[in-house]
Amino acid sequence: MKIKITIPTERIHNPIISESIVETGILINIMVANIDSTYGELIADVSDLRFDKIKKAMESRGAVVSILDRPIHRDEEECIDCGACISVCPMNVYSFDNDWNVQVDEKKCIQCGMCIKMCPHGALKLGD
Amino acid sequence: MIKKSIHEINKKIEDGSVNVVTAEEMVTIVEELDAEGAAKEVDVVTTGTFGAMCSSGLMLNLGHSEPPIKIQKLWFNHVEAYSGVAAVDAYLGAAQISDTRGIQYGGAHVIEDLLRGKEVNIHATSYGTDCYPRKVLDTTITLEDLNEAILLNPRNAYQKYAAATNSSKRILNTYMGELLPNFGNVTYSGAGVLSPLSNDPNYETIGMGTRIFIGGAQGYVIGNGTQHSPSSGFGTLMLKGNLKEMNPDYLRAASFSGYGTTLYMGIGIPIPILNEKLAAATAVRDEDITTIIQDYAVGSREKPIIKNINYSELRSGSVQINGKDVPTSSLSSFKNARKIANELKEWVKHGKFFVSMPVERLPAEGLAKPMKQTQAVPLVRDVMSSFIVTIKRDQTVQDAAKKIWENAFNHLAVISDTGELVGILTAWDISKAVAENCFDSVESIMTKKVLTCAPNEPVDLAARRLDRYGVSAMPVIDTQRRVLGIITSDNISKLLARRY
Repeated sequence: MKIKITIPTERIHNPIISESIVETGILINIMVANIDSTYGELIADVSDLRFDKIKKAMESRGAVVSILDRPIHRDEEECIDCGACISVCPMNVYSFDNDWNVQVDEKKCIQCGMCIKMCPHGALKLGD
Repeated sequence: MIKKSIHEINKKIEDGSVNVVTAEEMVTIVEELDAEGAAKEVDVVTTGTFGAMCSSGLMLNLGHSEPPIKIQKLWFNHVEAYSGVAAVDAYLGAAQISDTRGIQYGGAHVIEDLLRGKEVNIHATSYGTDCYPRKVLDTTITLEDLNEAILLNPRNAYQKYAAATNSSKRILNTYMGELLPNFGNVTYSGAGVLSPLSNDPNYETIGMGTRIFIGGAQGYVIGNGTQHSPSSGFGTLMLKGNLKEMNPDYLRAASFSGYGTTLYMGIGIPIPILNEKLAAATAVRDEDITTIIQDYAVGSREKPIIKNINYSELRSGSVQINGKDVPTSSLSSFKNARKIANELKEWVKHGKFFVSMPVERLPAEGLAKPMKQTQAVPLVRDVMSSFIVTIKRDQTVQDAAKKIWENAFNHLAVISDTGELVGILTAWDISKAVAENCFDSVESIMTKKVLTCAPNEPVDLAARRLDRYGVSAMPVIDTQRRVLGIITSDNISKLLARRY
């Protein structure tokens, strides 16, 4: 499953990810990482069975871990099938079918939000 | 030699015997029958395009109020319209943005709201005259309440358009969409094989007076569009159509993040096949229509051309830049362009739409000119301080502190033995080094990632960069990275003080 790990400012100097991996022996596949001196946000893939354990390890060190289970939603009335979203998505969620309709593969979505800003028609939303 | 007249074709439309195909279908027909055979068979070829057309707007008449007002300033849902035409006429531009909501909502959105039957708030002000005594007016209207609501689009249906990419290290928000850093993507616009003007590149049948499909209604070409540039293959059209007869499937407001609002227009133009030359022209394929990919990292009118490209490559989903596959995004909708060409085909087939010859031809030669500017654009070299203190990378922190103190100058340019810029050092860096008790060489405490600018860059670009990155100064360097001077926010303030 895809998870989001948020590291608050006060813990940014601690090696939270490394410690958690070493402690639990659980491997995570980091797909997006934005970390600077004030804040950290990572998107990673982890096996469903091991999620609880790694979450506990990370949260005990001050990180916030959440499951990314609300992928991008497309408003089909607003969408005009231009395909602007296709090239900005790092996970190839969007593609054209043979009739040039935009197809959305929600399972691949990591909720990064790149496509939301790109869509000229405001047809893409995250969350409810 | 095939020769048909508009009259003959319209008679066939009337009696239902017309043979009409889309420009996409025409490609294979000409391949199979050749141009002469196709010209014999096919009477009309329909084209279509559906994309962002910023140069669009609504000419409208509100009717007179009681007591009457000569409107001087006018807003529709807080979006300002131009009302300097008579008392209650106005022009609402698609790209005008809301005074209250910014680029989220603009003229294009007001036009779409009107078309969808929504109520729109009007606020108008005036200075008052004997014949028009009223000074302020507030009301709510729908499309029905307007006497006329005519879309008058100064520049639509570009023959083709330059594609966009970004060589810089940050995301650019442009009217070509989000351009990712380091050539991360390419965006393009245009219907390629279905593009109206690309199917009649000599403008033989598309000209002033040509009847067209616009926003789901019948409208007209009223001349060449603004910035019509036929000699470079970038022809444009000026169009009109009645908003009251349009359909929101073919007219959509849009907002480009960080840029502004625009109107997506659906346009379709039928091309009567009067001879085999027109048959051959309408067989144009994506791969025959070439354009360029421009680098939007350069904030100048003359953007560097990264490479030449055709629509087949753009539409394939990725193009090669510097040996790397770069994904492409279309900003116009090919699905809807095709839908329009097919809808127009049905109209012609069922006798609902007749083809026409232009009353005047469009100019087939000429180039759009750049703006005449009478005031020189100040360049970095005109305002920079050519006095800058440099220090070698291997000197000590104490040397640096001494230099700053002696010269009363807050920025030291750190250079290599060969004189190239390698870093920058400020009094703040030195304070930090003292606080942390770190007294190695200058190199260990300097900022290595230095923002720089070139002497021939316009000051406006340098100022935007200082502002974006929140720094107060940038070294000015030549192409060999030798330091020529420094530009500070202070230099720029002085320039502004001179200007106003």
